[in-house]
Amino acid sequence: MNLALLVLSSSTLVHLSPVDLIIIVFYFALVLAIGLYLKEQANTGEDFFMAGREMTAWVAGLAFLSANLGSLELMGWAGNSYKYGILAAHWYWIGAIPAMLFLALVMMPFYHICKTHSVPGYLKLRFGPGAQAISSVSFAFMTVLMSGINMYAMAVVMRVVLGWDLNFSILISSITVAIYVALGGLRSAIFNEVLQFFLIWAGALLIPILGLVEAGGWSGMKAKILQNLTEQHVANPGAYTHAWSTLGTFADNPMGINWVGIVFGLGAVISMGYWTTDFLVVQRVLSAKDLRSAKLAPIIGAAFKMMVPFIVILPGLLGLALLRDPHTGSLLRLVPADLAWSPAGQAQGLHGYDEVLPLMLARYCGPGLLGLGITALIAGFMSGMAGNVSAFTTVWTYDIYGALINKNASDEFKVKMGRWVTILGVIVSIGTAYLVMHAQSIMDYVQSLFSFFIAPLFGTVILGMLWKRATPAGGWSGLLAGTLSSVGMYTWVKVDPGAVRYVALSSQAQDQAQNMFRALWCCLICVIVTVVVSLMTKPKPDSELTDLVYGLTPIPHEEKVSIWHSPVFWGAVVAAVFVILQIIFW
Amino acid sequence: MKSGGSLSIWFFIGVSLAVNGAVIFARGIYETISPPPPELRVVLYDLHANVWWGGILLILGVFFSLRFSPARERARMAKNS
Repeated sequence: MNLALLVLSSSTLVHLSPVDLIIIVFYFALVLAIGLYLKEQANTGEDFFMAGREMTAWVAGLAFLSANLGSLELMGWAGNSYKYGILAAHWYWIGAIPAMLFLALVMMPFYHICKTHSVPGYLKLRFGPGAQAISSVSFAFMTVLMSGINMYAMAVVMRVVLGWDLNFSILISSITVAIYVALGGLRSAIFNEVLQFFLIWAGALLIPILGLVEAGGWSGMKAKILQNLTEQHVANPGAYTHAWSTLGTFADNPMGINWVGIVFGLGAVISMGYWTTDFLVVQRVLSAKDLRSAKLAPIIGAAFKMMVPFIVILPGLLGLALLRDPHTGSLLRLVPADLAWSPAGQAQGLHGYDEVLPLMLARYCGPGLLGLGITALIAGFMSGMAGNVSAFTTVWTYDIYGALINKNASDEFKVKMGRWVTILGVIVSIGTAYLVMHAQSIMDYVQSLFSFFIAPLFGTVILGMLWKRATPAGGWSGLLAGTLSSVGMYTWVKVDPGAVRYVALSSQAQDQAQNMFRALWCCLICVIVTVVVSLMTKPKPDSELTDLVYGLTPIPHEEKVSIWHSPVFWGAVVAAVFVILQIIFW
Repeated sequence: MKSGGSLSIWFFIGVSLAVNGAVIFARGIYETISPPPPELRVVLYDLHANVWWGGILLILGVFFSLRFSPARERARMAKNS
């Protein structure tokens, strides 16, 4: 029995009142109105695909963050914090902040100066059409699949939480996204991402505030978690509230990972790869109006990213401390999704880890507030879809159609194509959503593989930017070797689960730990192959690498600004707060 | 902020926060006057989160809507041109 049928038989978590429906309907009306309004400002290719490159640092920065702050992310990481404890916060701290600052202060000048429309576009300028083709085709394929997965996930959540029909949710969300992105292009997507950012905070911030009140503050929450987990005979219950002190060995923490995996796998590879080369997020920063804004945007994003655990990780921890069965009063223990949604799990009324956020929402939010929380989730899903579709449209138009099919397409034609490809992308996404509905395991595969494509891409881009000796043959062969090795390792573990002790260095490694080590190895393979092949092939002359490689690119002199407007100053402030947070939650 | 004609993104955000805040605040006041039965109340109902949270959103929304209203944006653009 597939997930859709299982979900149909489940009871709903919450019931909406007319006030909640007013808030949800108002959200849909507002985003459509924004799309219609912005249509007039999307006449050229720069307007439609790059939002006119006129966004301020604040708008670009919040959109940069919001593109990653979808509901899959919110619910998934709240569930992970319930499952793994505060270790999940690493994905918001060391798994984001250093990479965002690196993008801002080191990489952004190159992206900005070469005026590329996309990350594959940069690869074409640096390594030639081979690397561009691998990168653009894999990116386009994965984004459209991710868009469909977002659509399906939203439909399932709406079914579980509200009892809405799956087809109804898919239809309404896809039509809305298609209209507002096709009309306003990237600008429309960015506007809605910034709106979504505010809605998410407005809708979710009450949960940790009220949760901490109920738990008796941070120390009260820690005591309750310790008591509950001890009662349930969970190993190392104290590890759930410490971010670093339990990472000395694999066995001391609930994730089965050590500090090497977190620092190098997550912090140095996956995070760097995602935040600096995933075009979905980089596109938002490329829309900034000047170099200073482009450098400030990721720093603003990083400042808010550090605070996201307050509305994502903390609710998961509060769930561990406070959630009880409303009928029996006994502790409520959430379980893996496949168990929760199995016929036996449904019969027992079990809930999956990912339901912790809606459960906490329903616990504290009455009519009105509940509608706002649900709207925040819907906004997160739709902006996730819109982000994928707008990035897909740009890569298709510039890096696949414009580079491989019709190199002489006019700007006017590209805008027209962009609008139609947006609609086509949404239609393909709907197909993907139904495909996932009938083969649920695809969702796990695609989400895992997506992050693996990013790790070797980071190796290729960073070598391209920092090492002038890297050659076109080295670039594309390294990217290909890294990508194939990531898929190979993933398949190896799927076929032979015992292989996890080689890939992740420990047979105790959980899914997230495996992801970290796999990313680390495939990035290293990419770098080694790129270096070896580059040393055996003829390099490009320096004259062809101007504006593309460090040392050969004159960085434009920035206007004299006060320290309060300096990207370096604010980067240092964010870095200092990041270090303080690690010490506090050590 | 130049980000699309005379309507700023911050204006849209202000409108969104103001409308949502007003609806939540009004519902909170209604619930204070006419409380739901105990079995339908959320945890920490007595804190009346919808009243003060709705009020905060309403104030923020009105501030953003006025600060970035179309009239003020047009005046600012005319001054800069």
